[in-house]
Amino acid sequence: MDYKGIWILAEQSAGRVQVISHELLTRGRDLAGKRQTELTAVIFGNNINNNDLQELIERGADRVLAMEAFALEHFLIEPYAACMLHLITQYRPEIIIAGATSTGRTLMPYVAIKATAGLTADCTVLDIEEGTGNLLQTRPAIGGNILATIKTPKCRPQMATVRPQSTQPAPRQAGRKGTVERLQAPSHLLVSRMQRINFVKNQEEHGLAHANAIVSVGRGIKKGENLKIIHPLIKALGAALGASREVIDRGWLSYSHQVGLSGKTVNPKLYVAVGISGSIQHLAGMQTSENIIAINSDPDAQIFRVADIGVAGNLFDIVPVLAEKIRQARMIS
Amino acid sequence: MRIVVPIKQVPETSAVKMDEATGTMIRDGVEAIINPLDLYAIEIAIQLREIHGGEVVAISMGPPKASIALREAIAMGCDSAILISDKAFAGSDTWATSNVLAAAIRRITIENGPIDLIVCGERATDGDTGQVGPGIASFLDLPVASYVCKINEITNGLCCVHRMVEDGYEVLQIQLPTVMTVVKEVASPRLPTLRGKQKAKKVDLTIWDVKNLALEGSKLGINGSPTRVVKIFRPSVARNCKKFIALDDNAIQAAADRVVGYLQEKKLI
Ligand SMILES: Cc1cc2nc3c(=O)[nH]c(=O)nc-3n(C[C@H](O)[C@H](O)[C@H](O)COP(=O)(O)OP(=O)(O)OC[C@H]3O[C@@H](n4cnc5c(N)ncnc54)[C@H](O)[C@@H]3O)c2cc1C
Ligand SMILES: Nc1ncnc2c1ncn2[C@@H]1O[C@H](COP(=O)(O)O)[C@@H](O)[C@H]1O
Repeated sequence: MDYKGIWILAEQSAGRVQVISHELLTRGRDLAGKRQTELTAVIFGNNINNNDLQELIERGADRVLAMEAFALEHFLIEPYAACMLHLITQYRPEIIIAGATSTGRTLMPYVAIKATAGLTADCTVLDIEEGTGNLLQTRPAIGGNILATIKTPKCRPQMATVRPQSTQPAPRQAGRKGTVERLQAPSHLLVSRMQRINFVKNQEEHGLAHANAIVSVGRGIKKGENLKIIHPLIKALGAALGASREVIDRGWLSYSHQVGLSGKTVNPKLYVAVGISGSIQHLAGMQTSENIIAINSDPDAQIFRVADIGVAGNLFDIVPVLAEKIRQARMIS
Repeated sequence: MRIVVPIKQVPETSAVKMDEATGTMIRDGVEAIINPLDLYAIEIAIQLREIHGGEVVAISMGPPKASIALREAIAMGCDSAILISDKAFAGSDTWATSNVLAAAIRRITIENGPIDLIVCGERATDGDTGQVGPGIASFLDLPVASYVCKINEITNGLCCVHRMVEDGYEVLQIQLPTVMTVVKEVASPRLPTLRGKQKAKKVDLTIWDVKNLALEGSKLGINGSPTRVVKIFRPSVARNCKKFIALDDNAIQAAADRVVGYLQEKKLI
């Protein structure tokens, strides 16, 4: 097999490289080191910022392949897939890692079919098997209750997506050397039966995905109006507001707040679960948070099993006291 | 409009229990349901038929008992259903699954005429990959709009949809035929009607196997799947929780102080 080198799929928006690309470089560097091979960042777009491409080198890429055309300005499945397949045929990488973003989760399966490649979604751990050099891809299965390690023994490339925010962005090393190749996309690859005619930015942006701290509420809050008792805690921690599905289904908060299997996967430094029982579907979306604090009146609630610190008691009594103490502690420090 | 909705039968996840000793799933007595996220696909397909006429065909690749899921789809309002079932499909990953489902859609096209739309769920709650929708599109050489949260209008073979992305939604115009994967916001699933249930009970399901679909044996099931599961293990999720019982005011003050101490120690505040 003459497939060689590791690729990460970098992403841009309005010509600016997105942070997921730097997170992928962390994964890619690790694999390229173990495999003793080159790391390439591949990116599609139009007029991509030159400094940003250089920064990909400084953050760990040995080579950047930037394929550009007007039709590649925004993600559209057909031109993106055609260009990526074109590059795969030309350069034959052995591993391709992308973010499990709305782009990565659509482009990777489309390309993997045509390339007869194996693809594993939402990997939490990526490693190289000693001896064979195969990519070992570990991901949660069945709602995060078990982990499965998957490999692609025969087909190449081996493809995987990883969840955004599951890795630190690779640090910048000024002066790191590498090559940036800007390629003009061949026009016959740019045919699209789909057009992007508009984009509407979210009005309510709670930034759950990028929050350092999240306070989530569950059915224990009992009524939508009671959400106001959570606000001082959110403010004191500078946290985003999340929720269990029970809260969403009752219409107390909109779907964009939902954390869990059928909501968002979050990975903040601090996750505070208030009045949440800890169903496996909820845990699937938050159990990798660095620090977990749970407040629940049921001392046997399952949420305590994944928490670092727990307070068993009535949230209506505890939350105001806690919020005030945190506020004071922050004022002093 | 002729619409195909691929649906998957999955175990009711909230009922899945783990055998702590062996680390395996206890599937006994676990109810099998339609993948909850596929209900939205069924619903929007039925709504489109109600507006534009035509028919909705539900298809599922799975063991014989997946026919229960297909009958439920008919009870909700799908016109017909096809079960794609063969021992040769066992162990299929998303590559092999997409291949079979694409072949089934090709055969529907040959037998009954062209399909305008294929609507998939966002992902299945058991496999949880979301790869099969784009996979089917790739095999059929069709465009795919993923994470569709609204279908605006369909006129002159053009379909206008909203696609949910990280920081908002895109408005896309797509030429039919196309594949879509839909999210919860697209429609709220209806309940089966009594008449639907009666029809579902009586209807003859079409069943196709490998021979019907003229599929290459080497591309099927575990042998046709690029990926292999090599290890399954139980994550050590349990953290060492320091738990404080806080039932009276003093205990609450003390517990809150401990939490603040923890936050400071971890440099979280
Ligand atoms: C396919 C599928 C997908 C799903 N996806 C998701 C998902 O993405 N996210 C999600 O969250 N759920 C999801 N669920 C639902 C999940 O199974 C649970 O029903 C849900 O997470 C429970 O929410 P909860 O913890 O808020 O409610 P409950 O389970 O009702 O728990 C409420 C908790 O509040 C505590 N409480 C009550 N009063 C007080 C008080 N005064 N003070 C302190 N504590 C109190 C109780 O002790 C209890 O533990 C999904 C289910 C299915 C079948
Ligand atoms: N075996 C199957 N039979 C029919 N449809 C399926 C099957 N597996 C997946 N799908 C469809 O593909 C979607 C995504 O599934 P997955 O890629 O497994 O997460 C589901 O919501 C279904 O619409």
